[in-house]
This record gives sequence, structure tokens and C-alpha cells, in this order.
Amino acid sequence: MIGGLFIYNHKGEVLISRVYRDDIGRNAVDAFRVNVIHARQQVRSPVTNIARTSFFHVKRSNIWLAAVTKQNVNAAMVFEFLYKMCDVMTAYFGKISEENIKNNFVLIYELLDEILDFGYPQNSETGALKTFITQTGIKSQSKEEQSQITSQVTGQIGWRREGIKYRRNELFLDVLESVNLLMSPQGQVLSAHVSGRVVMKSYLSGMPECKFGMNDKIVIDKQGKGGATEEAAGKRSGHQSIAIDDCTFHQCVRLSKFDAERSISFIPPDGECELMRYRTTKDIILPFRVIPLVREVGRTKLEVKVVIKSNFKPSLLAQKIEVRIPTPLNTSGVQVICMKGKAKYKASENAIVWKIKRMAGMKESQISAEIELLPTNDKKKWARPPISMNFEVPFAPSGLKVRYLKVFEPKLNYSDHDVIKWVRYIGRSGIYETRC
Amino acid sequence: MRSVMFRFHVCAGEIFELKAELNSDKKEKKKEAVKKVIASMTVGKDVSALFPDVVNCMQTDNLELKKLVYLYLMNYAKSQPDMAIMAVNTFVKDCEDPNPLIRALAVRTMGCIRVDKITEYLCEPLRKCLKDEDPYVRKTAAVCVAKLHDINAQLVEDQGFLDTLKDLISDSNPMVVANAVAALSEIAESHPNSNLLDLNPQSINKLLTALNECTEWGQIFILDCLANYTPRDDRESQSICERVTPRLSHANSAVVLSAVKVLMKFMEMLPKDLDYYGTLLKKLAPPLVTLLSAEPELQYVALRNINLIVQKRPEILKHEMKVFFVKYNDPIYVKLEKLDIMIRLASQANIAQVLAELKEYATEVDVDFVRKAVRAIGRCAIKVEQSAERCVSTLLDLIQTKVNYVVQEAIVVIKDIFRKYPNKYESVIATLCENLDSLDEPEARAAMIWIVGEYAERIDNADELLESFLEGFHDESTQVQLQLLTAIVKLFLKKPTETQELVQQVLSLATQDSDNPDLRDRGYIYWRLLSTDPVAAKEVVLAEKPLISEETDLIEPTLLEELICHIGTLASVYHKPPSAFVEGSRGVMHKRLPAQGTECPDVGNAAGGSAPEAAPSIIPSQGDLLGDLLNLDLPAVLLPLFNTNCSSYGILYPQVWLPAMKAKGLEISGTFARRAGVIQMELVLTNKAMSVMTDFAIQFNRNSFGLAPAGPLQVLTPLGPNQTIEVSLPLSTVGPVMKMDPLNNLQRQVFLATWKDIPNDNESQFQIQDCHLNSASNKLQGSNIFTIAKRTVEGQDMLYMSIKLSNGIWVLAELKVQAGNPNYTISLKCRAPEVSQCVFQCYEAVLKN
Repeated sequence: MIGGLFIYNHKGEVLISRVYRDDIGRNAVDAFRVNVIHARQQVRSPVTNIARTSFFHVKRSNIWLAAVTKQNVNAAMVFEFLYKMCDVMTAYFGKISEENIKNNFVLIYELLDEILDFGYPQNSETGALKTFITQTGIKSQSKEEQSQITSQVTGQIGWRREGIKYRRNELFLDVLESVNLLMSPQGQVLSAHVSGRVVMKSYLSGMPECKFGMNDKIVIDKQGKGGATEEAAGKRSGHQSIAIDDCTFHQCVRLSKFDAERSISFIPPDGECELMRYRTTKDIILPFRVIPLVREVGRTKLEVKVVIKSNFKPSLLAQKIEVRIPTPLNTSGVQVICMKGKAKYKASENAIVWKIKRMAGMKESQISAEIELLPTNDKKKWARPPISMNFEVPFAPSGLKVRYLKVFEPKLNYSDHDVIKWVRYIGRSGIYETRC
Repeated sequence: MRSVMFRFHVCAGEIFELKAELNSDKKEKKKEAVKKVIASMTVGKDVSALFPDVVNCMQTDNLELKKLVYLYLMNYAKSQPDMAIMAVNTFVKDCEDPNPLIRALAVRTMGCIRVDKITEYLCEPLRKCLKDEDPYVRKTAAVCVAKLHDINAQLVEDQGFLDTLKDLISDSNPMVVANAVAALSEIAESHPNSNLLDLNPQSINKLLTALNECTEWGQIFILDCLANYTPRDDRESQSICERVTPRLSHANSAVVLSAVKVLMKFMEMLPKDLDYYGTLLKKLAPPLVTLLSAEPELQYVALRNINLIVQKRPEILKHEMKVFFVKYNDPIYVKLEKLDIMIRLASQANIAQVLAELKEYATEVDVDFVRKAVRAIGRCAIKVEQSAERCVSTLLDLIQTKVNYVVQEAIVVIKDIFRKYPNKYESVIATLCENLDSLDEPEARAAMIWIVGEYAERIDNADELLESFLEGFHDESTQVQLQLLTAIVKLFLKKPTETQELVQQVLSLATQDSDNPDLRDRGYIYWRLLSTDPVAAKEVVLAEKPLISEETDLIEPTLLEELICHIGTLASVYHKPPSAFVEGSRGVMHKRLPAQGTECPDVGNAAGGSAPEAAPSIIPSQGDLLGDLLNLDLPAVLLPLFNTNCSSYGILYPQVWLPAMKAKGLEISGTFARRAGVIQMELVLTNKAMSVMTDFAIQFNRNSFGLAPAGPLQVLTPLGPNQTIEVSLPLSTVGPVMKMDPLNNLQRQVFLATWKDIPNDNESQFQIQDCHLNSASNKLQGSNIFTIAKRTVEGQDMLYMSIKLSNGIWVLAELKVQAGNPNYTISLKCRAPEVSQCVFQCYEAVLKN
């Protein structure tokens, strides 16, 4: 199991060091600093073995988190734990920075003591931790409160406490998708997938039992078969349903129920949580098409023309559009002309950045640029990195639709109808690249 | 708390200041002072001088302050054990506190203080906490047992904590169950044969129930534990698989990977024609692909594991090639791993796409990545014959870029392509020759020289080319020198007239001016061949070469099987068995996949044969292939030596002495026998690797029996893949240590005196069951075990016997035989009690035969 956990700043100074196992000595702290943080070359692997000691590290801005062990531990678990540790720290004191860590070191030690025992990760749900690890010092609790805390930390529903009350029962669902594309210069889709998340913010009283439904092809096909108007249902749903390649759920969702009936039922944590993640690869609506044209005019000049076309309903508006056209390292000057938005050559980033605030569906826009090059004797050709794009659209590129989210709370007197529900769809660009 | 600032220097004055603050009456001031102490501790300053003052702050009802003091204690208790005792009372008191959080905190901290005296006091509170009414305390106590075991294993056993821990597996709270499983798994690792976890269908059922209810981390502990279980039959295997599959949808990647491990392992037992088998295969692909959308570090772990899974079961991901395409912004470690998997998945169906991608990668910036991409193109050509032509033309395009390392890498792989498809693509040689001057890496130079030599008859200026290399012969690396030597000899055999001078030159360079023995030997062999029989030389040097195989870098099958059992762990990331990087005995048990349809031996016992407990004396091997064969314990050797009979009865069944995994694919099993009065070692050698093995030799470690080979090991034929041969090696006992005395019997008095002389501690008792013999002593005497006296007490025959081992160790035995009872009792006394177990096994073997 995890033998120790260290946090360093960018210089390699130790900010936090907690050792759980006897086989990890103080020299491990230095070994990591010398061999990884101060190493000359780029990091070649997130797992490093130095003198029979294994180091796992992740980096958050310029802070290094390293877990150390001498045993054959579950590597996936160690990384999951390090990410979780970052989440917990962020939930407690915001951004993970050197200053924040120094100011909160007592709290961090207290957290490390609680969520890692002898190197075994324990309950690390922020909701539960916040009930008894506070920044203000423990208030003296009553006996009931104490047992409520312990049963929550260890219990079946570790993510929610009893006795939550709201005057207004309200919930917000965000379907957040990032659409990823790799396209060849000829416009052939090399790979495309959507990775989506359903984020739920709930302000509900008691222990509400929720059921979430979406236009999952498997569910709709099954219902279609069961119903009397078999064909009609099948046809109707054929347009709307989507094939989900795979999905994963927050730990509150009953997985065995999903496996058996494909229904998503759960008791949500209070406040915000990521209910599910999913991935689709079929019938993706690609919101933009990028058509590049690069021409080399002699050895010292390049002509670039890029056309973007929006491909969705004209009534919808895409926002925060940004096209990034890489330029060679030996660029000396750039002249740009664009029909819409603003374009600028950024020498420090070796790219032309073209920004458009808004663009409606089924429109087209273009940019052309002349790039002057310095003559070089470098034999190696310019690698031509892909043109990348960023945007935000108000729909789900995968076609996912929320069909319902039912809330039942048998003990309290509010029903599904009394809950105010909000649903929002946001599609963003993930890695959206076109080779040129 | 926010007001505390870090200070990096603790000077004497400051210690004094802190001391004063720690002893202050004001609570707030005290707390601030302790915080300052902890801050200094973190940056590595020595604040142990403040020990008594900090411990004095322990008795407080402020939980936050208490935690800080505990943190300090954990760090410094070891260096100040006497003072740490001062804290014991508070701990014991806290373990009784009405607040469960404080009880748990106390027991958790106490387990972390590795001071013997404190450990003694820990037992009572721990016992109470294990049965505490609050689950939070119980789950903490469960882990504490593992801590205590790490400090003092004997104490844990003596106090019966292991049984209490086992009971916790049936606890009503899922988190308690999970922690108990984790603790037991860890303890079981250091006792490989203890059967601590005692997995049976009932306990498995309990674990599977808890699996649905506990935290994500608990699920990992339970799944990792389940993976050690071997189901009894395929039906049980299927039912476990069915209950584990829902975990594949968990958001935590570690849960998913551990579930994959369980499924990959148990799948082995399912019949391939079962519908469920196909369904399961289909269910595995999507979660594996999803792992690739996790953070890069986890992607890396996932990819290393997918690499194993693809080698074991290529069918799972064969349609998922696209997801392994490299993204421009992937970290380099993810890129390199993806490339590896792409090649493994390349097939005729997707080769066009793969090639287009690889060509793209070959123009990227990172040198390692580009090299690997070029190499990958070559491997595609070798793997998918239909694509070879396209691969070659892609490589030629790349050579045209004139980027130095791309050209060199391309030449290395083209050499391999020539060896796979001889006489097909030689038209490209001209292009290759153009780049001769730019090659500066030994591997590329050697490859180019090989090509020139191999196709010397088609290259007009081959002699000039090779001659140009010859100028700096002594500055070249060995690899290049050897290739150059061979290439020039080839050239000479093909064009003898023009190249005589050249061959003379290289032979003299190799034999006279070089001090590398390999090079010299090869030079002499060529010289001798050429001077005695040029025709034979031609046959030897220009012989047709075997084609190279498709996949060259597969992991050796037994290692692969073991790694599959370690999916998700560090072993699967390093692609090495745990014993290669874990110190000590912990976790070095070899795991194996279960076999289909048969009952399987307990996996825990699979650790390299069931040799006796005496620790093997390891003599480090000098980088030889096999490691050390006779690491196996010598007492095992003595067993069959008792047989004086010429027949081979009583010979033990051969045991596996050296598993294939430890010896690059050579498995050795064997036994010792005495045939026709000569001790023999009978070996069965099996080649489980993919290449031919030759040149066998054996050496014995100096041993206490004086055993040594009487002649050389006779293995004449090379051992092909999957081939097995049996060899027997006559042994003598005139080796370095002891001379063998004739075995004879003891006098009664001597026996009695010796019996008394040996301390009673050295006596061990065994039962031999189901033995039907009229005269045990005759039978034993036939095997050199002599009866010295016999007496009858209360209807029991007591036989007193003696044995002398070839190294002079006496073993005295008392055999109780009751008339009509087939069970005998035997007591053994010996100055070296380690051999008792073996002697007993020997008795059993002799009596039952």
C-alpha cells in the first residue's frame, strides 16, 4: 500500500510529508526531488522506480504530489487517490497553490490522517469529511451527532447525511459534452467521439430516491418492443435515441440495477455531483467543419487559407469560437485578413489565433494569411501541427436528451411535481483538430 | 490556523521560545506553538528536543490540538522510546472515550507508534475496539491489526487478533468488511501458506454482497482479494463473473481495472463455446476504451495493462484500433504506449489506416517517438504481408527526408524486412547506399553493412563501400566489427577475384590487432574455413537463413499469465513480476491463471514446488541464464538416497525446481534417484520459450552432502520450442565438503546417550497413516534405516532406529506401532532439526512403497 505522501513546490522544497510505512525513509523525499523534479529531461513516465522504491506523481499547476511505496500496490488506485486528494483539497481551500498549502498545512495533515490509514484509502467524500474535519476547530458535538457522523462516514450512503431540509426543492441538471475530432486534410473523419458528463446540483430535502432517464437506445428499444404499437414506437425512437458506447457512474448509482435493467436509480449527494460520464462514437453532430489550405510559395513564404462552416440549426448560436493555426518556428512576419472576428499572430505561441464571439448555424467564414519565413539551413521539414478549434454550442453533439428525472421521498410530504427542475445542454470542443 | 507562517530555520533561541509557548497557560498560544513545531518538522528540522513539552499538551479536550500532538508523536516516538511511554496513559484513556471519533483516533495513532513497550499496552484497547459498537472504530481497529502485525507478527497471532479479524468479514458494516479484507490480504502475503483468508463459496458470497455497498476504495480491496480465489468449477466462476461485471461501469478507474482482473482470470475457466463467454468478451471492450478518457497518468496505467490484455486476448479490442491513435497533445509516455498497442492490433483489415497514422507520427518532434513510429512501420510490414510493399515505400519516403535519426531507424527495419521477404525488395538498396555517410549509430551501421554483404553480388561497388568502413575498424563498436568481418567474407565468397586483399586485411585486423575474443574467434574460424575448404566455407557462410518470426517482442507466456493476475498493480505497469522490484518475501508469490474445467490447486501454494521450510541459501549467479538451480533446498536431496535397492522404488516424483519464468523459458523439473548403486540426478528440461536452446551445462553449489556431478551433463541436441528431454546425471559424493562414510548401525548405549544428549526441543513428532506392513523394520532396513532396539509397552511396539546422512548428521527415531492400527507415530530427534521434515517424508515414502 501507499508508504508515504509528499507535496513539493516547483523548486522541490517539501511542503507536506506524511509517512505511513516504516520502509519509507526520509531519503525517499530527496530521491524524488533529485531524480524527478530536478531531472534534466522531460518526464518520461508518471511512475518512477528509484532504488526499489516506486514513486507515483501528478502535477497541479506547479505543485508536485508524490505517493511512494516499496510494495506491489494497485497503481490505478494510487493515481485515483492522488486525484481525489486534489479534489478534496480544492473543496476545502480552493486552488492548489504553494501559498494555500502552506496556509492550510495543519488541515492537510488532518485530512491525510483521515483519508489514508496505513496507506489504505478510506472514505474521501468531501461531503462526509466536512461534517467532522473543519477549519474552525471541532465544536463539541452531542452524542447523536457523533454517531451520525460515524455512521455516515462508514455507512452505505456515505455521501449524504440525514435530516437535510430545504424550503424550495430544486435541482439542476447540466449535460456537458466535449466533442473530439481528428480530421484529415481531405475532410475524412479519422476519429471522433463525444465524452459527456451529467452534472447534477440538487437541493432536496430528506433522503430522496431519484430515477434518471435519457434517450438511451437500449432502453428505448426495449420499451418499444414491450408496447403495443411496436413498430411506431421503434420508428419514432429511431431518430431520437442514441447508442452509448460506455458509461460510468458516481458511486451513489446502484450499478447492479443498471446492469440488470439499465435503469439509473440513486440517492444523490447534497449539492453538486457528477452523476455519470459517458462516451459515444456514432452519429455525432460535428458542430464545425474546418477546411484548411496551405501552400508553400518558395522557401520563404507560406499562404494559408482556412474556411470554417457551422453545421447546426440556424436558430442556435455558437460562442467563444477560436481557431488556432500553427505557424513554423522560423516565421518572421504574418499578414492576416479575416471576414469576421479578430485574428492575431502570436509569436510566443507560434500560432495565428482567430477569435469569433458568436456564430449562428449554417454559416461560413474564412481567414487567409501570408506567412513570411526566415531562410534556414535546417534540413528537417516543418512538422505541420494540426489546426485546432475551440467553441461552445447550446446543444449536445451526441444527441443525448434527458427524458425524465423523477424524485420520490416517501417520508416527507413533497412529490415529484413539487420539485423545480432545470436542464441545460452545453457542447464544448475537446480536442478538435484538423490536419493540414 | 491561517496565521501560522512557515519558518525554515529553527535555531536554539527559537526552540527555547517554543518551549515557553508550549508551556503557556493559554490554550490558543499552546496550539499555535504546536503548529509551529509541526511546520518545522515537515521541512526536516529536528525538533525532537521539545518532546516532553509537546507530550504535555496531549491531555486536552481540543480534538484539533490532540491530532497535532499525535502527529508529532508518530514522528519522534521511535527516537525517544522512553519518553513515548509517557503518552501511553492518555492513549489508553482515549480508547475509552465516549466520543467514537476520539476512540478511533487513539487506536489509529497508537498503531503507528513503533515502540515495543507501547505495543504491549496496545493489545487490550485494540481488543475492545475490534468489538466496539461503533463501525467507525471497528474499521479503524481492523487496519490497526495489520499495523501491529507489521511491528510484531508473533504478538498478533498469540493474542488471537487474526480470528477476530476474520470475524469482521461477516460484519454488518461494509466498510468494516472492506478494511478487514485489506488487512487480512496484507497479513496473508507474508504467510503464503497460512490459508488465512480461507476463501470459500460462503465467504466469497459475503464479499460479493459487501462489494455492492462499500466505498470505491473498499470495492478495490475486495476485488483484489477476490482475484486470489480459484473457483471450484466453471459454474461458480460464471456466477462470480456475473456479479462482478456491474463494477465495469464504476467511475473509479481502479475499480474498473480490478474488476477486469477478476474477469480475465475467471474467464480462463469458462468453456469457450458458452454463450456467456462471448457476452463477457464483448462487455470488456467498452470500459477499457473509456479508461483512455481519464487523466493522462491513469491512461498510462491503463495502456500498460491493455498491452497485456491484447497479448492474452487479442479478440477483445480488435475493432478498437482508432481509439489508440495518438493525439497531438498526449504526453510522451501515453504516445509511446499507444504506438505499441497499435502495432499489436494491426491486421489486414486496418493496416491502411494504421500506416497513414504512422507516417504522420514519423514527422513529429520527439525523437524517441519518431524512432518508434519508424520501427513500427517495419513491424507492420513483417506482421501483415499484404502491406509490406506499402510499408517499404513509406520507409523510402521517410529516408528521402534526410532527417538523420529517421534514416538510421529506417535502415535498421529494412534489414528485418529483407530477412522476412528475401529477394523481393532489393531494388531499394541503391537508395539505402546513398545514405551511407550519414549513419553514425552502431545499430544502423551494422544493419547497412549486413545489407551490403548479403547482397554483395548486386552492388557494383560493394568492395569500395566495405573498404571505406574498414579504415576506422578499431574505432567501431563490436557489433559493427563483427558485421563487417562477416560481410567482407561473404563478399569474398561471391567475388573471390577482386577482393582477396580486402579479406586478408579484415582477417588480420580481427585476429591480430583486436583484443575482443568474440571477434578474434570468428576471424580464426573464417580463416580456417577459407584456407581448408572454400566450398564448405561457402555452404556455411552463405547458408540460407531462417525467416524471422512475425512478432518479436511478445512477453514470454508464463510471465504474461502471471502479469494478468496482477492487472492494475505496479507489476503490470513495469511488466515485471513483483519479485523483481519488491524487497523481502512480501507479495512475491507467483500467481497463475486457473486452468479450464479442472480442479485447481490453491493458488497460494503455487510458490515453486512444496519444498521444505529451510530457507534456501542463495549464491549469487554471475549473470548466467538460469540463476541458480540448486537454490532448491538440499535436504530434499537426501530423501531417495536411503534406497540401497537397485530397483527404483521410493523415488520421488519429479518436482519443478526451476519455473520457466525465472529462466527465460527453460523449465527444469527433476528428482534424485539411486539406480544401480549410483546416485543420479534425473532432470526433465522443457523449452517453453520461442527460440531454440543449446549449450547446456551444470554446476553444483558446494553442498553439505558433498554431491557433485560425476560427469558432464549430456544434452546433445538443441532443444526446440515446446520440446522436452530427459537427462540423467550420475553424481558422486566426493565433492568439496564431506566424504561419505559407510552407513552402519549404532550401538544401543550410544543410541541412548545420543538420544538424551539431544535437547528435547529438537524432537518432532509425525503421524504416518494407513500403513499395512508386517515387518516395518525389515522394510526400513532395506533402505538403510537400522533398528537398534525394540520394546513392547502396553501392546505397542516401540522401534528405536537410527539413520546417518551422507554428511554425517545422525537422526534418531522412535516408531510406535500398535497392532491392528494402521497409523504409526514417529518421533524424530536430531541435532539439526531442519532435516526432520524430510526424514519424515522419507519414512512415509519408504513405508508406503
